[in-house]
Amino acid sequence: MSSTFLGMPGDFPKNAEKAVQNSQLRYNLRKATHTIRGKRASVVGELPDWQELRAAGKAIKDHTLRNLDRYLVQLEESVTRAGGTVHWARDAAEANRIVAGLVKATGETEVVKVKSMATQEIELNQALAAEGITAYETDLAELIVQLGDDFPSHILVPAIHRNRSEIREIFLDKMPKVPDNLTDDPPALAEAARLHLRERFLKSKVAISGANFMVAETGTLVVLESEGNGRMCLTLPRTLISVVGIEKLLPTWRDLEVFLQLLPRSSTGERMNPYTSMWTGAVEGQEFHLVLLDNGRTDVLADEVGRQALRCIRCSACLNVCPVYERAGGHAYGSVYPGPIGAILTPQLRGMGSELDASLPYASSLCGACYEACPVAIDIPEVLVDLRAKAPHSAAERAGMKVAGWILNDHERLARAQRAATKLRKLVPKRLPGPLSAWTDTRDVPEIPEESFRDWWERNERA
Amino acid sequence: MSARDEILARIGKAVAGAEDVEIPRHYRTTQQADDLVGLFAERVDDYRAIVHVLPAAEVPAKIDELVAGRRMIRPDGDGWDDLNTADGVVTTCAVAIAETGTIVLDHGPGQGTRAQTLVPDYHVCVVRADQIVSCVPEAVARLAPARPLTWISGPSATSDIELNRVEGVHGPRTLEVIIST
Ligand code: SF4
Repeated sequence: MSSTFLGMPGDFPKNAEKAVQNSQLRYNLRKATHTIRGKRASVVGELPDWQELRAAGKAIKDHTLRNLDRYLVQLEESVTRAGGTVHWARDAAEANRIVAGLVKATGETEVVKVKSMATQEIELNQALAAEGITAYETDLAELIVQLGDDFPSHILVPAIHRNRSEIREIFLDKMPKVPDNLTDDPPALAEAARLHLRERFLKSKVAISGANFMVAETGTLVVLESEGNGRMCLTLPRTLISVVGIEKLLPTWRDLEVFLQLLPRSSTGERMNPYTSMWTGAVEGQEFHLVLLDNGRTDVLADEVGRQALRCIRCSACLNVCPVYERAGGHAYGSVYPGPIGAILTPQLRGMGSELDASLPYASSLCGACYEACPVAIDIPEVLVDLRAKAPHSAAERAGMKVAGWILNDHERLARAQRAATKLRKLVPKRLPGPLSAWTDTRDVPEIPEESFRDWWERNERA
Repeated sequence: MSARDEILARIGKAVAGAEDVEIPRHYRTTQQADDLVGLFAERVDDYRAIVHVLPAAEVPAKIDELVAGRRMIRPDGDGWDDLNTADGVVTTCAVAIAETGTIVLDHGPGQGTRAQTLVPDYHVCVVRADQIVSCVPEAVARLAPARPLTWISGPSATSDIELNRVEGVHGPRTLEVIIST
């Protein structure tokens, strides 16, 4: 990394590493978002009835939300009838307590996990660690993120900010049995992950998952995935615990015919994802627990404009078309929900008490690309505008203004510094207009100590 | 108040007075296709799975050829029984979807447990032509929700490393589909 800052004096390379990394991140993000975007467009274009599916998807979700209490009770009955146990959690702490209690009851201290945004949202892994339980992530990307002691940056490709040589380093460092001659060839890295996790899958007694959908009528849970780690977790362990947001509900079995078309095509841009697992209650001798999570969702539901965010099926299509996300990166949104959906969901789930959260509704140029891409037609710009009106105005303004003073200036300097790094010449982000620039900048710059940067700059300016 | 009652009460309050919504279902629930077998074969092939289209009478010989020299699990018979050291598994399926190139297992007779089609690295699946439906809605209508279901569209894959598609992380790295006509 530091070689790209050839000729720069003193400790700047160290200080600026973060910024360079951000440029790498921007490059990776651009590649990822544009690739997936293209694939999505072609498979969506294949279906002559895409708009009809989208209209149905939107209406099914709205109807479900309108009758959420009734359908949740029906779901509880269906799951219970099929031998599962249903738990209800008002908030993150309660959900974590329930899950920790269930794991402890099995006598186990290790669990395997399938990527789940709900469990990230409630920071389940940390809560379990505090109870002496180790949770192992099993998605390749989540594994990279977890082993690298890092945070996910994209809903669908959470490790998109890491390149192959970084991943190799992480594996060499953290996987006990990995051979020293491991190359950074993607198939070799995938093979290393396969071997690393195989043993764990076969011996694990408890697994924790989320779900993409739950069907009230039948009690069926549905998980879509690509790698097969989901199937491993859902199938092999004796006890399965699924933590699912209450809005993931669909009323009828038939409704899956809509969402199993909308989600894979919007998400990975495939006609169908490699694996989808469906199970109803306790199957093949397993013990099954479902933890239904509120954690702010009922507050969102109470907002007439904002409640449409609960239709979200976490496909990440809105991230891939968003010009702001492409430049700012997933970490900038300060929550597990990045991109346009994060900009409307996080402030509603967490409230706009913090300046970060109050500034999120400004993380958009209101171009409307997200709405066009959204398979359940969430009018994200409409919610953003509504949230801006509701944001504690002075706080939001301050979030912009306070940083604007020195950051706006320093941002320009940073941009020029990056231009100086020849390898990254093409990667310099364009400045975003208006209040947005302040927002974008806040996320990138504070990592760099103000003084040393200035020192460096002033010396170079004179040189 | 229990968490359950409290959440239900919050929902009731949140949606009070909101209007209900009609669900328009103007999308296709079936699809005209002259050659379902051909379309299915083409779409499975798109996922880089291996496809054979054969008359029913030739299927047994094909299976013998494919499994020769391998320790194969036979879901209903006497095959290899240690999942982790088996080389592969041969199964039938419940439904197949032409438009998406998907096979669906409901783990009924001939399809083994969920683990049997997951742990071994090689999966041979025999699909009868009359099990192929045109599109997703037709498949959903044919399936029984009470059974555990596994929808398979090509071999296990990941694009997590710099967005390069790599076949096979945890599930079978080779999927071979025999369509019996
Ligand atoms: S808001 Fe829409 S496009 Fe964005 S992740 Fe949710 S469902 Fe997908």
